Amino acid sequence: MPSIEVQQLEKSFSSDAQALFAGLSFTLDSDECLCLLGPSGCGKTTLLRLLMGLEQPSSGTIHVDPALDAKMSYVFQEPRLVPWRTCLENVLLPLELTAKNNPAARDRAVELLQKIGLSDRLEHFPDQLSGGMQMRVALARALITQPKIILLDEPFAALDERTRFHMQDLLLELKARLQLQYIFVTHSISEAVYISDRILLLDNTGAARDIRSLPFRARNQSLKLTPAFNDVVKAYSSLFSEMEDSMKQSNAAQSKQ
Amino acid sequence: MIATIRLWIADKLPAWIFLAGLLSIWQLIVVQGWVASYLLPSPLQIFDTTLEMWSDIFAATLSTAQSILWGLGLSLIIGVTSALIFFSIPIARRAILPFCIFFQTVPIIAIAPLLVIWFGYGQPTVNASAFIVSLFPILASTLTGLQETDPQLKELFRLYKPSRWQLVFKLQIPSAIPYIITGIKISAGLAVVGAIVGEFIAGGGLGSLIDAARTQQRVDLVFSGVFMSSALALSLVYTINLVTGLLFRHRPYLRKQ
Repeated sequence: MPSIEVQQLEKSFSSDAQALFAGLSFTLDSDECLCLLGPSGCGKTTLLRLLMGLEQPSSGTIHVDPALDAKMSYVFQEPRLVPWRTCLENVLLPLELTAKNNPAARDRAVELLQKIGLSDRLEHFPDQLSGGMQMRVALARALITQPKIILLDEPFAALDERTRFHMQDLLLELKARLQLQYIFVTHSISEAVYISDRILLLDNTGAARDIRSLPFRARNQSLKLTPAFNDVVKAYSSLFSEMEDSMKQSNAAQSKQ
Repeated sequence: MIATIRLWIADKLPAWIFLAGLLSIWQLIVVQGWVASYLLPSPLQIFDTTLEMWSDIFAATLSTAQSILWGLGLSLIIGVTSALIFFSIPIARRAILPFCIFFQTVPIIAIAPLLVIWFGYGQPTVNASAFIVSLFPILASTLTGLQETDPQLKELFRLYKPSRWQLVFKLQIPSAIPYIITGIKISAGLAVVGAIVGEFIAGGGLGSLIDAARTQQRVDLVFSGVFMSSALALSLVYTINLVTGLLFRHRPYLRKQ
């Protein structure tokens, strides 16, 4: 049974604007991790928000496996930490709101913060942390509910490169250890190739090209240095620019009419 | 430590020097007989009068302080509660708030005689007068604080399907706290005015001390009363800073203005 099934999806924000996604359909299998890749303004964030139920589609359906529905977690593009709560309290917020906060949960939160390298910052407030640290706290907050699927909106864009690699590997580890699935929005082709099983390449109308079965299974950071990896990234880069070119042409044709 | 003292001196010294200069010139003008002392008593004379009449002045100050605290305390409780009601029930806000604003424009000096009719001479009228003038700023700023809750944080909370009360107590009230503190500070100054005006008409406290001194041509005593009321207002603001600072000493964000 697929985790998520999207059919004939369209979304428009005003009646005269062109609808996004042009009837996008895809299914996400229960062991897949997906990357949404595309230029700014193509609707990556909107698609993610639709999947989370933060927006409603104008037409089409999104079906989430009911067993997973309550097990979804979301990481926003910005950290969105509650400014008057400490790191630890921010991580525990989801459990407080769902009345699952207990001493064991606290230990788990501490452990999570340790894992993302913030064990000495438990009692710090968000404004005492760098942007990258805040983002990591936001990731811990999304993980504390022990989700099955986690939706991430460019979560690592503000991180320095070393931390970004560390976080990518953390996601891969969670995927392997807990069968965590994720849908990941990114601008970076190499990041997309590295952490996902499948890429949904969106052009700026939100029409998608589905790239399944990426060739790499066993991953670690040294993979990024191999020629094979770079060839794949290059291939997608050219596919990407191809899409952009055809898009520009169709835009030009439209403006001529 | 020494650096802090030096900073403090650099910050405050100019004001003290200016004050000393001002008082010296004042003293000089009166001692030289350029202005009659029954119109403008000298600073030293005012000081002597204050010492001489200290027990009366102190009792009056205490009584005024009591009324201010009554009025301000009641404003805090009723102001915050009604702001919460107005916030949760928009129809109540639309029905009642315009009249609150209208009521706010009626000068307290015009209402005071009415208060005497209702509450009689003495402290109850003074309390009511302090309450009426200090209510609106607290109500208005609390309401603003509740309404200005960060929509991004609201969306974050929504992910976890919080109850109405969780939203109020964990998000909206904390968001409003810096606004409430600002409201209390504005109201504190007004409560002093309200109490003194109430005392002019209903008797008691510094208001009637000043009024009685005026009828007896005791300008020096009028000045003592005036200085005591401004000392009262200043110590009130100082106390508010101290209390909010202590209350939120572990939550620096909440006392940030």
